[in-house]
Amino acid sequence: MTLFQYMLMAFLIVCAISVSFSKNLLNSILIYMSYSLVMSIIWVCLQSPDLAITEAAVGAGVTSILFFATLKKIHAIQVEKENTKINSEEASSAQEQKEAEHHEQA
Amino acid sequence: MSRLKPQKEYEKTGAFHFFRWLSGSKDPYLGEVEMQPQKEMEIPEATIIERMNEKQMIRDKVYDVEHNKELLFFHRIYVASAILFCVALVGVLLFTVSYLPRTGNPANPDNNEVSARYIESGLQETGALNIVSGMILTYRAFDTFGETNVLFIATCCVMVLLMVDDAILKKQEVKNDRRYEPKNDAILQGTAFVLCPIIFIFGIYVILNGHLSPGGGFSGGAILGAGLILYVSAFGFKKTQKFFNEHVYKIAKITALCMYGIIGSYFYILGANGIENHIPLGTPGHILSGGIILPIDICVGLEVACTMYAFYALFRRGGL
Repeated sequence: MTLFQYMLMAFLIVCAISVSFSKNLLNSILIYMSYSLVMSIIWVCLQSPDLAITEAAVGAGVTSILFFATLKKIHAIQVEKENTKINSEEASSAQEQKEAEHHEQA
Repeated sequence: MSRLKPQKEYEKTGAFHFFRWLSGSKDPYLGEVEMQPQKEMEIPEATIIERMNEKQMIRDKVYDVEHNKELLFFHRIYVASAILFCVALVGVLLFTVSYLPRTGNPANPDNNEVSARYIESGLQETGALNIVSGMILTYRAFDTFGETNVLFIATCCVMVLLMVDDAILKKQEVKNDRRYEPKNDAILQGTAFVLCPIIFIFGIYVILNGHLSPGGGFSGGAILGAGLILYVSAFGFKKTQKFFNEHVYKIAKITALCMYGIIGSYFYILGANGIENHIPLGTPGHILSGGIILPIDICVGLEVACTMYAFYALFRRGGL
């Protein structure tokens, strides 16, 4: 069991270092998520399941989702593809409207 | 309303102005202060490129390491000292940690009468099998009340900063209904269809069994909030608003906080004055036991779930 814990701790250190060295912000959030998940396993090993549940729900779940939302808001995630999609959708909807108007006129 | 003064004289008094301000019928700043929406600064692209080029040139000149020998020397010393400083800091911290007593040693300073009281008579005094829950919601209910207030104030601040006017939101929605969420993602919707009920039920289980098994208000509320976020991201805001809109949010949040305040203050005031509080503790192990722990758990759970969902909704859309 102690060997397992040491492995998890080593994983934590690797995660913590790679968060700060990864160039892509999205990647660092994913690494942070896995850090929280491993941390919650360590809490279980340290016999505090209350903290483990909270860590898994808040650290790995809600916080990283909020980080994703923030990244999207400051346009750190590439949104070019989506923009083109939205534009094409708007164009298609505009075409549909025009066609509907034509039908009404006819 | 009975007043001694006639209406015209009353309108000149300070009381009239005060009550007008209190009822909100007239905003004192409206019409008096010049208010204009800020215009967005427009920067043509050419100047941006020019500025970036200038910046690059200056950077090249200042950090011209190949020709400036002094700078090269400084740069090397800078890196070396940074590494040295980090290593020294780690060393000092590790050295200090080595002086800490080992965990589980009976002579540790944290092994005092407080923890002995919690462990020995916690079960009889709080009626909770989960001593941690009994501790944070009975002995230290005041601390938890402060934390709940922090959550409430945090959502208020996020609302002030990120809330968008309803009319603007509706306009955007007419333009593009699912602008903020993926449009009918089959995999996401299928997964959420299976997972959401399980997550909700697990969250409710964790909240209601806070005094019997690991968990409690905060963890269960966080699970509920995460489930709500999953539901929103799969099915969109319109479907969520059928059961969780701003009205429900306000009622749930304020009722939870007030309930916690009422139960807590009843408990503290009676306890501080040595009066019996007549809250039945029940048999430890039953679902209806633990005195004030179960209702407070439910209050905290509602508060946390609302906070988590509100954060997501405000960040994503600017409205609930």
